[in-house]
Amino acid sequence: MEKASIIIFFVFAAAAVLSALNILLQRNPLYSALSLIVTLLSLSALYLTLHAEFIAVIQIVVYAGAIMVLFIFVIMLLNVPAAQPQIEKQKGLRYLAIPFAGILIAETFYVVLSIGKRSMPSVPAGTEAQAVGTTWSIGTSLFTDYLLPFEVTSVLILMAVVGAMVLARREGD
Amino acid sequence: MVPLSWYLAVSALLFTIGAVGVFIKRNAIAIFLCIELMLNAVNLTLVSLSGFFGDVGGQLFVFIVMTVAAAEAAVGLAIIISIFRNRESLNVDEVDTLKL
Amino acid sequence: MTNILVEWVIKTVVILLILVTAVAYLTFLERKVMGWIQLRVGPNRVGPWGLLQPLADGLKMIFKEDIIPSQSNQWLYILAPALSLVPALMTFIVIPYGSEITLFGRTIELHVTRMNVGLLYIFALTSVGVYGIVLAGWSSNNKYSLMGGLRSSAQMISYELALGLSIVSVLLYSGSLDLVEIVNKQSGWLGHTGWNVFRFPLMFVFIIFYIASLAETNRTPFDLPEADSELVAGYHTEYSSMKFVMFQMAEYLNLITSSSIATALFLGGWNGPFVGRLPILGPVYFATKALVLIFTAMWIRYTVPRFRYDQLMRFGWTTMLPVAIINIIITATVIVLFP
Repeated sequence: MEKASIIIFFVFAAAAVLSALNILLQRNPLYSALSLIVTLLSLSALYLTLHAEFIAVIQIVVYAGAIMVLFIFVIMLLNVPAAQPQIEKQKGLRYLAIPFAGILIAETFYVVLSIGKRSMPSVPAGTEAQAVGTTWSIGTSLFTDYLLPFEVTSVLILMAVVGAMVLARREGD
Repeated sequence: MVPLSWYLAVSALLFTIGAVGVFIKRNAIAIFLCIELMLNAVNLTLVSLSGFFGDVGGQLFVFIVMTVAAAEAAVGLAIIISIFRNRESLNVDEVDTLKL
Repeated sequence: MTNILVEWVIKTVVILLILVTAVAYLTFLERKVMGWIQLRVGPNRVGPWGLLQPLADGLKMIFKEDIIPSQSNQWLYILAPALSLVPALMTFIVIPYGSEITLFGRTIELHVTRMNVGLLYIFALTSVGVYGIVLAGWSSNNKYSLMGGLRSSAQMISYELALGLSIVSVLLYSGSLDLVEIVNKQSGWLGHTGWNVFRFPLMFVFIIFYIASLAETNRTPFDLPEADSELVAGYHTEYSSMKFVMFQMAEYLNLITSSSIATALFLGGWNGPFVGRLPILGPVYFATKALVLIFTAMWIRYTVPRFRYDQLMRFGWTTMLPVAIINIIITATVIVLFP
């Protein structure tokens, strides 16, 4: 059972990291978007191993099913061409990226070595329907303790809808 | 069982890849995709910590982050569409002056 | 542990076999129903009453030449039908077909798996199914396919909203996203009085759900993106032989899925008279109700003219969405005032 959970973790973590690398390596933005979709699906599987079932399914419905569809529509409608080799204006950025990545990966190792081997606590029996991660727990917290962020988020979405409509309008519409 | 540090390591790797992508890529939409990747890496951190400490606040925060990411994607893509209409190019190197 | 795995595998295989046969015979049923509504007999030459027609159709499709356009995007072109078909097949593992039966000394529950978030899982799969269509349209390198694919996927994601919001009203009554729970709560006197469709605000929600599911599965009157006289054939213009069959299967599977979910949510799933004493009647009732809804979808297809695309989108956003939201408010009010 333990071996199975470790294997599942490695499979989906490897899928996530490899498809994330593929985003960088592809020249055609449509392939990058499709790689990001694979990353999102692998991350959703990782959320399921963390018992966060509501977030896992919501990630597929919202992120992979709506936001990425929007990206793909824009890429297809604008007919974005694949990147051509060309003269870059700011070569310095590319050379800056490597030490930056190096610093971040060093931080990763520091985190991994210092936290140690703390493992996932098990869900106490009998409270399965209301455990952390179920719809019930998120729903009750959202409408009691975290009501203010919820309301502010709805105003934010309203702003985004109005903003997107105004910005994408043609002149004279 | 899978230790917490492994989840955090995956999250840090994804964040690194996203950050390097923002530096390297020249296409506006590809940069946007790398930003979404960074947001997802942070989501993984939040969900893993929420699972290990039994606090639902982490997952709620992820919920809000997803909503904000959706709003930001909508507005950002609208801006990219209008830039593309005016300049016929999505290369961020060519969109560096206010004058067309 | 191995016992559970073997049980899952057997249930999945049985469901897959039943589904593939059902899809094949749904094509036959569609043509027969079309014939009867148009005052003629449908196909009746192949086998007794034409019952071997799906076999003949399948053989014909297998023997057709499999053409891949040279300028198309090869990987995406081949991936797209699979992206359409696999999510359509995956939805059937959370739908409850019955309560429990006892076979060979074991009690077998008649659902493959029971998820806490079963209904949201079905939505997730529908959202992934949109990619099959949009990638098929784009990768065919054909103007008609691209327009058909974009229109079809825009229609699907617009009506997903009305679909999801109409389900919220059902959730308010049942308190759980688990389809098994929702069906269990609908058992009433003589098996049919507890159905959700008989509760006051939910009868209108059923109509909204049904119309939204017709739009979601690209059936008439919302099938402009794939109608033959409009956009050649929409997103599956360039597909031939088995890939085309996969798209058609995906469409009929989506129809079966939405009818099954509608029976599970609104018509009481496997509940019916005397199902407590004879559990084997559960799947029979379920199949009957799903078939009634499928027949109604076909009936509507051959009766109602189709919407123009802008009328369709306007209907989805300005009529279905507000009506679904108002229904949620009315349902919540009714629940609070009359517990």
